[in-house]
Amino acid sequence: MGATVGVVLFPGSNCEMDVVEAVERLGATGKLLWHDDSNLGDVDAVVVPGGFAHGDYLRPGAIARFSPVMGAVATFAQDGGPVVGICNGFQVLTEAHLLPGALQKNAGLKFRCGPSRLRVETTDSVLTSAASIGDVLEIPINHFEGNYTCSAETLAELRAEDRVVVRYVDNPNGSVDDIAGVCSAGRNVVGLMPHPERASHELLGSTDGVVMLRSLLAAAGLR
Amino acid sequence: MSATSDDSSDAAVHRALGLTDEEFDDIVEILGREPNHLELAMYSVMWSEHCSYKSSRVHLKRFPTEAPWVMVGPGENAGVVDVGDGIALAMRIESHNHPSAIEPYQGAATGIGGILRDIFTMGARPIALMDPLRFGPLDDARSRWIAEGVVSGVSGYGNSVGVPTIGGEVVFDETYQDNPLVNVFCAGVLPHDRLVLGQASGVGNLAVLLGSTTGRDGIGGVSVLASAGFSDDESDAAKRPSVQVGDPYEEKRLIEACLALLDAGYVVGIQDLGGAGLACATSETASRGGVGMDVYVRAVPQREEGMEPFEIMTSESQERMLAIVEPANLDDVLAICRRWEVLATVIGTVTEGGALRLLDCDGSESASDDRVVGELPAASLHESAPLYHRPLAAPADLSERRARSANALDAGDCGADLLAMLCDTTWVSSQYDHQLFLNTVEAPGGDAAVLRLKHPVTGADTGRGLAFTSDGNHRWCAVDPRTGALATVVESVMNLATVGARPVALVNCLNFGNPEHPEVMWQLSEAIDGMSEGCRFFGLPVIGGNVSLYNESRGSNIDPTPVVATLGIIDRLDSRPPGVRLVEGGRLLLLGATVPELSGSLWARNRGHREGTLPAVDLVAAADVAELVRTLVVEGLVDGAHDVSSGGIGLALAEMAVRSGVGVNCARIADHIELFAESAGRAIVCVPADRTQDVIGRAEAAGVAVTQLGAAMGDRIAVKGLLDVPLVDATDQWRDRLPVALGSGTVQG
Repeated sequence: MGATVGVVLFPGSNCEMDVVEAVERLGATGKLLWHDDSNLGDVDAVVVPGGFAHGDYLRPGAIARFSPVMGAVATFAQDGGPVVGICNGFQVLTEAHLLPGALQKNAGLKFRCGPSRLRVETTDSVLTSAASIGDVLEIPINHFEGNYTCSAETLAELRAEDRVVVRYVDNPNGSVDDIAGVCSAGRNVVGLMPHPERASHELLGSTDGVVMLRSLLAAAGLR
Repeated sequence: MSATSDDSSDAAVHRALGLTDEEFDDIVEILGREPNHLELAMYSVMWSEHCSYKSSRVHLKRFPTEAPWVMVGPGENAGVVDVGDGIALAMRIESHNHPSAIEPYQGAATGIGGILRDIFTMGARPIALMDPLRFGPLDDARSRWIAEGVVSGVSGYGNSVGVPTIGGEVVFDETYQDNPLVNVFCAGVLPHDRLVLGQASGVGNLAVLLGSTTGRDGIGGVSVLASAGFSDDESDAAKRPSVQVGDPYEEKRLIEACLALLDAGYVVGIQDLGGAGLACATSETASRGGVGMDVYVRAVPQREEGMEPFEIMTSESQERMLAIVEPANLDDVLAICRRWEVLATVIGTVTEGGALRLLDCDGSESASDDRVVGELPAASLHESAPLYHRPLAAPADLSERRARSANALDAGDCGADLLAMLCDTTWVSSQYDHQLFLNTVEAPGGDAAVLRLKHPVTGADTGRGLAFTSDGNHRWCAVDPRTGALATVVESVMNLATVGARPVALVNCLNFGNPEHPEVMWQLSEAIDGMSEGCRFFGLPVIGGNVSLYNESRGSNIDPTPVVATLGIIDRLDSRPPGVRLVEGGRLLLLGATVPELSGSLWARNRGHREGTLPAVDLVAAADVAELVRTLVVEGLVDGAHDVSSGGIGLALAEMAVRSGVGVNCARIADHIELFAESAGRAIVCVPADRTQDVIGRAEAAGVAVTQLGAAMGDRIAVKGLLDVPLVDATDQWRDRLPVALGSGTVQG
């Protein structure tokens, strides 16, 4: 325990304090990382949180990927550091090519906020190591552009390499192959559209996100 | 010179700007001369109905506004109450009805932007929005277009700016055809010592404009749009340029920059720019602080070339704030703004005396008098605004109308009537982020939203909860605005009780028709009296409000629609409230007595009936029911709780059933009148069978009428002798109504 989780803050981010609160409830320390800073300092894991970085203008994540902090996050990831992108953070990580694929507008062309059920597909990732394959977790979604897409070759590769981390039980947005989250080839970078931090307290209706956050803290503790 | 008898071009200008001849004469008297175009433009926006409340102010004074926990009452940007643990809560409600009728997406979006600025200008971090929305009927294509656009606008702006939308209402009725009601409520929390008011002080201090550049958008928005009714489509379309365009990303950075400035103590006073733009913000801060201000019009960053001073001063470009700053702190202020990429520009200086001077220069040179292009007493834009005692009169045929009770209508098919009432609003609320900040315990769709209360700076959990509800009922108020408004207050108190909260404070949004019609002024006056009576009885201070008049279309006024948004506090929040829910095998108890009267009900309106007499409200009995319900919920004695209001017992039971997937089997309801009557002060609770006698005993001890309606069970909604429908049919009707009507519409934004 006692890991320090860096949480990236772009102008327009809005879930950063939620992530800090959720990891601190589990005994870790949350530390905000300013977008304009190219030095992460002493962190054991990085979360790119939800929100609307740079207003999602142009395209979600398209501007944020050029922030100085993202260069440092890429280096951290190359060194094997655990990096998780949640919602807008997932979009940023795909734009930054730390994860494959892209997120387009939901199939229903509407913003969707509400509960979703996720099936854990692999435990070989920094976000699911403490879960079991086949676990169904109730974790909320909150997005307009959550419809995961990628080329047929990439999809085949993701499947072959067991890199689909979680799938929707009831696909809410048209994502290819029901994909809700994927990981990098090194398995230390994970992106997902649902918000584990929103399922981290009894009063919020679900604590199923805790197993994901614990997995992340375990990976952070190994560094 | 009197303008009354003069039809020169000047007179035509003031009329075109919405000022009457008498108001023009008043301006001449204040200035001791005729105003120039710039000054006239400023008076026209500041004396508009929207800004000056000139028709309603005399009546608003009757609201009770005081309580020991009130820190700021009406008149400031938002009301503020003490909610304990050193935390204060700021809240306010506004209307954006007319802009939303013209341009639904941007009208609703900029409504959110405006209400947020009202909250963070007090030093509070906005934590919750609610949107009470009222549209024309679902079978009208234009109403569907408006509904879809408004919901998209709330979603597009609210989600992006990062403030959860935790509740509201969605109502469809022909009275709102062409004139929707788009009200928006915001609450924010702040540590006591961050409270700041919108006033200038300290001669020599600087007025710093923060945020967006200023363009020609929204010039005259409050006078052109908000203070006149609608006539026909063509002229309405011509008003579209008066609607502004919102930029939630700019607003998000503005929120963060302003809260950082306030935390650092760099700001003496701060004021948002809303209706009437800089004219309002500069004069309001100066007049509240008892000082004057020199405004360097050319210093204002402009997004268009060749803007005239009157355009700069009255533009309603969004996402702007005016901060009053000591010169010594200016560099630090600019640094914080740079960090958040917020434009910050010195545009004025606080001066002695009470004059607001407008100079056609950028302030870099000394402010020589020959650059003055306008000068007026700052306070005159507010304090000298006209005050009208408009004639009011009850409808001439009131007694005949009241004699025609809906109880005389044929009973019809209760099952079909009930199914027609069911409407799930998830289609709306699922487009709103309602979970941000990890506070939301009870989401939209329940009787009241429940949030965890955390300290705004430390994030420490207080272990207590906030509850919010918004309520309005135009059907009741069309029949009897006084009793209808009173019953609305009771409903809000009951909604809070069902989640275990006690009422603390209330803000209202009074949506009415044309105040130049005596019947409308009578409705307004009656509603204010009814609401005041309820608030006084419950000890609920009215800490802010908004009046929206001229809600009319094609010569027809909307039904009077006073809307309340009420704050409650849950003293211990260690588990989620039971919610609108049934548990198989539970016993259903009705708490409170039913007055068998259908006038003003949803059932009657669905038959086109809008007359009769509302049942009198027994406040003492209603308060006893609310307190009992609150206690039962807090002690965890019930598995479900739901207030009884629109649609009566019938709809309350059906809503509990469809939300839980559990049927009901009831008896002891005499007829369709008892089933659908909406008399105030009732709730239904679902109680585990072995606890039924205990709860009945509690009710009897509290002097509350209790009726054993039946049990939660099976897969049908059945009321002996009245109706028996499959639960699955009810669920389909409920869930599919909005997606079927709206789902295939065009997508905006």
